[in-house]
Amino acid sequence: MFREEARAWVEGNGPEFLRGKASDPNAWAAGGRKAPFIYPESRDWLLAAVDRGFSVPTWPEEYGGAGLSRDEAAVLHEEMGRLSLPLPLTGFGYSMIGPTLLDHGTETQRAEHLPKIARGEIRWCQGYSEPNAGSDLASLATSAVRDGDFYVINGQKIWTSGADEADWIFMLVRTNPDVKKQRGITFILVDMASPGVEVRPIRLISGASPFCETFFHDVRTPVHQVIGEVNSGWTVAKALLGHERTSIGGMGRGRARTSLPDLARNYVGVDGMGRIDDPAIRERVTQCEMDAMSYGLTIKRHGDGLEAGHKPGPESSMFKYYGTELNMRREELMLSIRGPQALGWEGEGFEPAELTQTRTWLRSRANSIEGGTSEIQLNIIAKRVLGLPD
Amino acid sequence: MAPLVLTAPQDMLARTAAELISKHGGVDRQRRLRDEGAELGYNTEVWAEMAELGWLGIPFAEEHGGLGMGMAETVLITEAMGRGLAPEPFVSAVVFAGGLVADAGDAEQRAAWLPPLIDGEKRLAPALLEAGSRYGLDRVETRAQTSGDGWSLSGEKVQVVGGVGADGFLIAARTEASDDGLTLFLVPAAADGLEVVAQHRVDSRNSAIVRLSDVQVAAGAVLGDVGGGLEPLGRAVDRATVAVCGEMLGLMTESFERTIEYLRSRSQFGVLIGTFQALKHRAANMFIEIELSRSTVMAAARALDEGSDDAELQVSNAKARCSDALILVTNEALQMHGGIGMTDEHDIGLFMKRARALEFAFGDAAFHRQRFARLRGF
Repeated sequence: MFREEARAWVEGNGPEFLRGKASDPNAWAAGGRKAPFIYPESRDWLLAAVDRGFSVPTWPEEYGGAGLSRDEAAVLHEEMGRLSLPLPLTGFGYSMIGPTLLDHGTETQRAEHLPKIARGEIRWCQGYSEPNAGSDLASLATSAVRDGDFYVINGQKIWTSGADEADWIFMLVRTNPDVKKQRGITFILVDMASPGVEVRPIRLISGASPFCETFFHDVRTPVHQVIGEVNSGWTVAKALLGHERTSIGGMGRGRARTSLPDLARNYVGVDGMGRIDDPAIRERVTQCEMDAMSYGLTIKRHGDGLEAGHKPGPESSMFKYYGTELNMRREELMLSIRGPQALGWEGEGFEPAELTQTRTWLRSRANSIEGGTSEIQLNIIAKRVLGLPD
Repeated sequence: MAPLVLTAPQDMLARTAAELISKHGGVDRQRRLRDEGAELGYNTEVWAEMAELGWLGIPFAEEHGGLGMGMAETVLITEAMGRGLAPEPFVSAVVFAGGLVADAGDAEQRAAWLPPLIDGEKRLAPALLEAGSRYGLDRVETRAQTSGDGWSLSGEKVQVVGGVGADGFLIAARTEASDDGLTLFLVPAAADGLEVVAQHRVDSRNSAIVRLSDVQVAAGAVLGDVGGGLEPLGRAVDRATVAVCGEMLGLMTESFERTIEYLRSRSQFGVLIGTFQALKHRAANMFIEIELSRSTVMAAARALDEGSDDAELQVSNAKARCSDALILVTNEALQMHGGIGMTDEHDIGLFMKRARALEFAFGDAAFHRQRFARLRGF
């Protein structure tokens, strides 16, 4: 039984210090050369996982994975969740560019990049959006012009998550301005240490700066860093957006988090029968828990379908839409439950968990914007699933 | 939990079911039966064919003459019936009443009722609701008094689904000795003092008032234990609830697909109305709600089949989700069809009417959210 094996491994290797810290963002590590670990235990945890292929459990062993099936990986992650451990490795390398290289990369490209992601050595960021290419991503203007064995890149990206801490960027560039906008885009990889790359963090409403503006002035990257065909980057980008949407949508469930009913019992109180002492809050908690259950079952059904050989469709739009809306509803509900205690920004009079919640609520407002807005997801479903006319 | 995908035989069963329902005329058949004011409200030929195909034996063990399948297969039949608004009393007679006899009945009762039920020769109807019951299974006023070696029953049951033409009824009653508990009785329709009066509901289905005036039954008519009826009744209701969820899934899928087809073919302002974003987003939202509903129904069916600890939670989750989704979809379907949807001639109204009956069967969304909260201790 893989569950027993996974449980034994997690119990044997999960650092004591990290147990119960799954909801502590500082415990999650995305690796890389610049600022990889806030807690040293996160490094121990990553190294133990790397040793066993469990940092990227579903990847083939030759690239540093453990070759697990989706079900086995889910079991492994459940076992980590049981001790409320963070995943040993997170970030865009693991969740986005890795799966994309497995699908679309050449053998040389996989061999060059995947093992470094698996070992947590290289951290990635994503260069998609531009100031004038948000929901209308295909109108992006950052250009790449061929010069011998190199492409020379000029332009500006925005909302590049973690660009100030990333080592490499996967990005979309315009290689042909004279064709239909989707046809002239190329997917390319660039070392962030290249001359001409400049990063400026953006301060957000939550006070944090997880996103940056990234400028490219005559940045040179070798032609062999093009993924897929030149001018066919839109296809690769859509595949990667699928991974991104599933990953953002995953916020609607998964990770061991604050229990809504417990939170409500603490802040709202209980009546004589032990029920949450506010029928409206109780109803909202119930609805939220049932929606999360239904959403989890739908993700399971989708995964079971893939295992049974069903072709993946545009479902990722549904998961992105519903998962983020659910997460945002949950954050709103947690504010309602905490009431005035949810207003803390910093300093005295507020518990650390309350201060964290203020920030995660503000952060959550971006969920329905990033990775394609909720409205864009609904457009995609209407067009590609339902076949409604343009 | 077993994978939430259909096995090859399940897929085949679903296809066969869809073919049978459409072969007999699909939604047109329901309209015809309504317009004719058919006494039974369904076709005995279709019922016989369902029996011939073995479907009436799907939920029963092979030792009782059934196919030994479970809820995972049952919901495939009800989904096909929902799509075609098939009015045969499969849920009430087979899943609910038959299931209750198989669960709580003794060998004699099973032998008397299950083989003819599975063969399509006899039908049982569960008489559950009373005028003041709403969704409370224990809100029962019907009395059972000891009388000689047997019992005397008096009371009135309403909206007994499949009650017209039924050969026997499952009656829940209170006894003198067990004021807290319920006792279930198997009562033949021909019993003296039992009167069946047809009711007319918005969905035009077979429904009846069953009046019991000092109906004498033998001691052997008690199903299960005296005063111990509530537990098996609850289990039967959970199974019937999931079967109803399957029907709801069929109904919402069919009304949704008809609506999408309308959005792709109806023009106004010189363009197809499906180009309007105001409608596209609402259509996409309905699609998501239907997808979520389907997952909950498959999960609840499997949870019951596997006897999972969380089966009751899954059942309530499915019924709440399907109720909300079905009302959303059928209301939106009518709105998106515009004025034509308000006409009796158009089919979409038939779906909306049936939707309400299913919403209120075994508890609406609010009822099941409350049950979910209670089970989870919120």
